[in-house]
Amino acid sequence: MWRIRLFEERVGVLARADEVYGLVHLSVGQEGVAAAVCSQLRDDDAVYSGHRAHGHAIAKGAPLDRMMAELMGRDSGLCRGLGGSMHVVDVEHGFMGATGVVGGNIPIALGSALAARLRGDDAVAVVFFGDGAVQAGHFNETVNLAALWGLPLILVCENNGFAEFTPRSAHTTVERVSDVVAPYEMESATVDGNDVTAVWDAFGRYLASARAGGGPFLLECLTHRLRGHYEGDPGKYRAALAEADWQEKDPIRRIERHGIAYGWFAEDALRVIESEAAEAVEQAVRFGRESPFPPVELIEEMVYADA
Amino acid sequence: MPETTYIAAITSALADAMRADERVFVLGEDVAEGGPYTATAGLAEEFGTGRVINTPISEAAITGVAIGAAQSGLRPVLEIMFIDFITLALDQLVNGAAKAHFMSGGQLTVPVVLRTQGGAGYRGAAQHSQSLESWLTHVPGLKVVMPSRPSDAAGLLASAIADPNPVVFIENKTLYFRTGEVAEPAVPVPIGKAVTLRAGSDVTVVALSRLVHDALAAAERLAAEDGIEVEVIDPRTLVPLDLEAIVASVERTGRLVVVHEAVEHSGFGAEIVAQVQAAAFDYLDAPIGRVGAPFAPIPLSAPLEDAYLPGEAEVAAAVRALFRGRGASS
Repeated sequence: MWRIRLFEERVGVLARADEVYGLVHLSVGQEGVAAAVCSQLRDDDAVYSGHRAHGHAIAKGAPLDRMMAELMGRDSGLCRGLGGSMHVVDVEHGFMGATGVVGGNIPIALGSALAARLRGDDAVAVVFFGDGAVQAGHFNETVNLAALWGLPLILVCENNGFAEFTPRSAHTTVERVSDVVAPYEMESATVDGNDVTAVWDAFGRYLASARAGGGPFLLECLTHRLRGHYEGDPGKYRAALAEADWQEKDPIRRIERHGIAYGWFAEDALRVIESEAAEAVEQAVRFGRESPFPPVELIEEMVYADA
Repeated sequence: MPETTYIAAITSALADAMRADERVFVLGEDVAEGGPYTATAGLAEEFGTGRVINTPISEAAITGVAIGAAQSGLRPVLEIMFIDFITLALDQLVNGAAKAHFMSGGQLTVPVVLRTQGGAGYRGAAQHSQSLESWLTHVPGLKVVMPSRPSDAAGLLASAIADPNPVVFIENKTLYFRTGEVAEPAVPVPIGKAVTLRAGSDVTVVALSRLVHDALAAAERLAAEDGIEVEVIDPRTLVPLDLEAIVASVERTGRLVVVHEAVEHSGFGAEIVAQVQAAAFDYLDAPIGRVGAPFAPIPLSAPLEDAYLPGEAEVAAAVRALFRGRGASS
């Protein structure tokens, strides 16, 4: 979680300095969901995400240096600098893709679940999306199909209360995303997404069931994004969170307090994790800066796979 | 070689591919029932409904499902029942399938075939008759094939299924029950290779899909009535286009007419014209002719649809226009 937090905070700085290209959507404040979900998955489980995807990719195992190089448009980036923030892919670790089209990867994730079923193995597919994607047609089409076919797909909705700049209440009369799937008899739950243990427990139950042939499931994680929709957005639509409130909500601080109280780890060990993450991020920035830009020939070379 | 229909050639090519490769499966609306034109008839009986998968009427989601399955190592053949409904699948096709290999720096491949069919002439009116291939040829990352004969339908389908890229396979409903010779098993036809179906020395006609047959009929009439010898080329694949074959022909004939059923305005013919004039301007003895449908939706009423659709007469007229006031040998 520290790796995600510090990576993204650094990306925010680099985006303002034009060292990181493109529209950058940070998940600062939402890391608990990515960590609790992806750390329970294997490399052969497919994870898809949306435009706010850095945390999911990192939690699934994407290396920070090649992630950073990708965001900086470098040849050593995961996608050789052709994709960037909204299109990160790391096939080696089963992070099958982000997308700039809200909800666009939801049916693609179902295709991956179908492939697992047709292959006959116990891999699952997980797709992350925000509450804004739920009002799109492809979400509803996919939910129907997933339930109809009973495929091992776990839909993880990060409900941060805002679709881009607009609160959920302005887009729909259905308050809870878990209620949207109820008529399909899809098992679903709503948890506090800033409580890592709650996400871990709920997702773990669904994962075990999906591995055993169950599914699909929807897990709605109520969370809070501290940053704008994208870096540099006007931000007028949301009231700033008081520092005290944030200390209370911050998923990292919460799991640290919780873990110390339960004797899982000591304060010293946590600070080592934080400083190691900070060093890994700085190393990633150096790696990105030292990497060359991709050759112009790549534009034509990459359009088609060789037959 | 046995004679078979265009539609039976497709069914047979699908069955051959499914027998040869367990990763190949079919999905789409009513495919387990054979579909409206029997393209998938008998497949569910042979391969089961686990590999011949009926879907709800959810074009966006089923296109996404096919893409996801392809990215996960399978070889889906997705049917979109009418090309008119590809509007609903375009986001997945254009933003997903076409760009995945590029945007992932080559990590992802999307070996999906999207079979669909277009074409007017059956009084289907404006939403079941269109020819929308030029929307797809504009998208880098997609391959687009459009066979006119049973042997090419079978051979190109085999190649499309084997291709690691997304291939849109556009059939024409008025060709489905035309017959032609097809080898069994079908001989793969390479994607990106044109075929010359009639040799001629006076003018080249490049025709797409159904218009190939109209162009061949027009060529016979022009030879008999006007002494004009027409060379007829079927590109078979639009992306990648076999420009070399077309240019080589134009360099011999000095004249070109490009014909298709799609609306002429911004149709794929415009791209062929532009590429040929850039490559062979010095060989052209006349402006390049074009035949396509008017800039209007397709009407229902039979006499209006007949008037709307380009065919043999329009092809012949366009060729004759290039020779107005001159002999064929000029």
